[in-house]
Amino acid sequence: MSDIYQDKTGDAVEKQFTLSVLTEDLPGLLNNVTIIFTRRKLNIDMINVSSSEVPGVSRYTIVLTTTREQVEKVVKQIRKHIDVLGAFVYEEDEIHYQEIALYKVPTRIFMGGVNVEKIIRANNARILVIEQDYILIEKTGHKEDTQKLYDILEPYGIMEFVRSGRVAVSKSKRKTEQFLEELENSNTHSLSINGQNK
Amino acid sequence: MEATRQKPKPETSAQPQKRKMSGSEAVIYSLLAEGVDTIFGYPGGAIMPIYDALYGFQDRIKHVLVRHEQGAAHAAQGYARVRNEVGVCFATSGPGATNLVTGIADAQIDSTPIVCITGQVPSHLLGTDSFQESDVLGISMPVTKWNFQVTKPEEIPWAIARAFYIAKTGRPGPVLLDITKDAQFGEVDFEYKKCEKIRSYHPYPPVEDDKISAAAELINTAKKPYLLVGHGVLLSGAEEQLKGFVEKAGIPVASTLLGLSAFPTDHPQYVGYLGMHGNYGPNVKTNECDVLIAVGMRFDDRVTGDPNKYAPQAKVIHIEIDPSEIDKIIKTSVAINADAKQALEKLTEAVKPNKHESWIQEFRDCDEIEYQKVIEHDIYPKSKQIRMGEVIRELNELTHGEAVLVTDVGQHQMVANRYWKFKKSNSNITSGGLGTMGFALPAAMGAQVAKPDTPVVSISGDGGFQMTIQELGTISQYKIPVKMVLLNNDFLGMVRQWQQLFFEKRYSFTEMTNPDFIKIAEGYGVPGKRITERSELTGALKEMYECEGAYLLEIAVEKEENVFPMVPSGDSVANIRLD
Repeated sequence: MSDIYQDKTGDAVEKQFTLSVLTEDLPGLLNNVTIIFTRRKLNIDMINVSSSEVPGVSRYTIVLTTTREQVEKVVKQIRKHIDVLGAFVYEEDEIHYQEIALYKVPTRIFMGGVNVEKIIRANNARILVIEQDYILIEKTGHKEDTQKLYDILEPYGIMEFVRSGRVAVSKSKRKTEQFLEELENSNTHSLSINGQNK
Repeated sequence: MEATRQKPKPETSAQPQKRKMSGSEAVIYSLLAEGVDTIFGYPGGAIMPIYDALYGFQDRIKHVLVRHEQGAAHAAQGYARVRNEVGVCFATSGPGATNLVTGIADAQIDSTPIVCITGQVPSHLLGTDSFQESDVLGISMPVTKWNFQVTKPEEIPWAIARAFYIAKTGRPGPVLLDITKDAQFGEVDFEYKKCEKIRSYHPYPPVEDDKISAAAELINTAKKPYLLVGHGVLLSGAEEQLKGFVEKAGIPVASTLLGLSAFPTDHPQYVGYLGMHGNYGPNVKTNECDVLIAVGMRFDDRVTGDPNKYAPQAKVIHIEIDPSEIDKIIKTSVAINADAKQALEKLTEAVKPNKHESWIQEFRDCDEIEYQKVIEHDIYPKSKQIRMGEVIRELNELTHGEAVLVTDVGQHQMVANRYWKFKKSNSNITSGGLGTMGFALPAAMGAQVAKPDTPVVSISGDGGFQMTIQELGTISQYKIPVKMVLLNNDFLGMVRQWQQLFFEKRYSFTEMTNPDFIKIAEGYGVPGKRITERSELTGALKEMYECEGAYLLEIAVEKEENVFPMVPSGDSVANIRLD
């Protein structure tokens, strides 16, 4: 919101943020969360929703590119939703994260003299499935890494390619269960998963 | 209308511990357990089982059949606002539910606790485009504090308990429950337990002592502290705490539109009304104060004008229960994320007694300028035609500030809120954030049902009045003694004013050819009168006010009256125009 605030802190610079959101596992909640982005006309780069290690609790990992100013307002509005347990914002250096990519390539390229195996090994990928018509390769990494392998394989003909959203863990030590326990016993909605109150 | 409706005691204790009943009956028993005495609603196919159950409870729950579901939502808002309790409305699926949406959005932006119950098609038909099916959950998602679809009868008591808890705690807001027809018909082992805690929801953040001392230090050393009262003070019931605080610290107090009636307008420290059409001093002095204390308000753009030019010199203390409002528009020096009442109690202890007489005098000097340039001509006009301001002044004198004032949206709203003298808490009901034309008539109806012994006066313009004019039918059927003042200038006045000031008088579709309102009222069995002359004003207002039942007084006012002062949209509050 650089038009509303004068930028004295660099908060108005756009960068990539990863949000980690814990919610009750209820129908419609995904819509409730994404509608907050829609309202501000913010595009979501990646989103991953899955059950957390705690039964009945979902974890959302959302990646978006915007300003610190904007992302903090968005996080507050996500937290405000009744069934949201917690929402946290991280910059790249505050998390460990991975994405997974699957590449379906024709089996014949293995026969055609190309050293596909070498490519796979060099890129830390692995073969998941071998079928008569195709071979399925899996690679885990950051987007640059999975994209790099895509670019290498592309000339040989990729039949299908898919990349997942990001999953991330913060570099802090607290576990989800411990966070939920503290949430149950606290009056405030602003517990940080890093253990500091924001 | 009965003279007084005793609020029934919550029924929890009287309930058989566990009893088999239909989902519909469970709805009614749950509402009784929450102390509900009034429902505004409109039946239809998908909610018929609930209406059938309601039929047997007419001795305990008053149901008001409105003429349009939007009216039900606004009436529930009026009820909620005047009583500071949860208002309830019913509607059927599809169009019934979508007609509620404007009222729900209004309640959301103006933090009004209402619970809306909509019928829904049977669960096996969900998503099949069946008759009167609409995705009410999806539609209402961005405008509700919480919504939930009930598809099983056993979910009903839980959902209703949760709905009331969420609607009224923390920053209040609307909750919608969408109940499928099969859930209404199904059987449930009824047991009611009030909701007391939701692990993901913490409505009352604790007051942090270090924030209180930081705020107190700013206030104690301030030369020109200035306090803004918002709706949060009323919602928190912090009127006394506010008074105690400002009297101890000697701080001048201004109010937002929705904050009006939280602080008596005749208090020596009250300096006026904020915002685009607010008073001169309160706007100008915002950019001269050194510490700005905002209590339970959210820096709406109609209050701030350009936020970059809003109080740039001041340290801002924001007392606000909703953390997402803090630093949203105006950056704070000290943010106290807590309920206004608790925060003000602690802050009062922490501040030193002080006086700021010469600072308050600066506001009075502004008042003098505003009086000469604007107010005098508004409330004691010498012009030929009646002006809105003089109507408000006379009506206020007549009612001695005892009445609840319900306003619609537009010029009359601004004028009414500028000149009304508020004495009692929760006596100002208006649509602030959403600016919903058509709000006043049904909201006044709801307020009057909630407080049968308190006079309720609605003020509308000719545009807004026609948006919900059908509620005259409800007013007539239930003999709801609302006093309706219609300030008729045959224009959509506020838009016309902007066209005059900012669009070179190109009056694009703002002039209205209006019906004979008195005949319409008469058709509904509501007495009324139209006046055009100043000499008739006092008598006509008196006649209206003394009438036992509902009454419509139409007053032909100056056609092209403008509301001043005015902060042009997007300009600084310091640039408020007096003419």
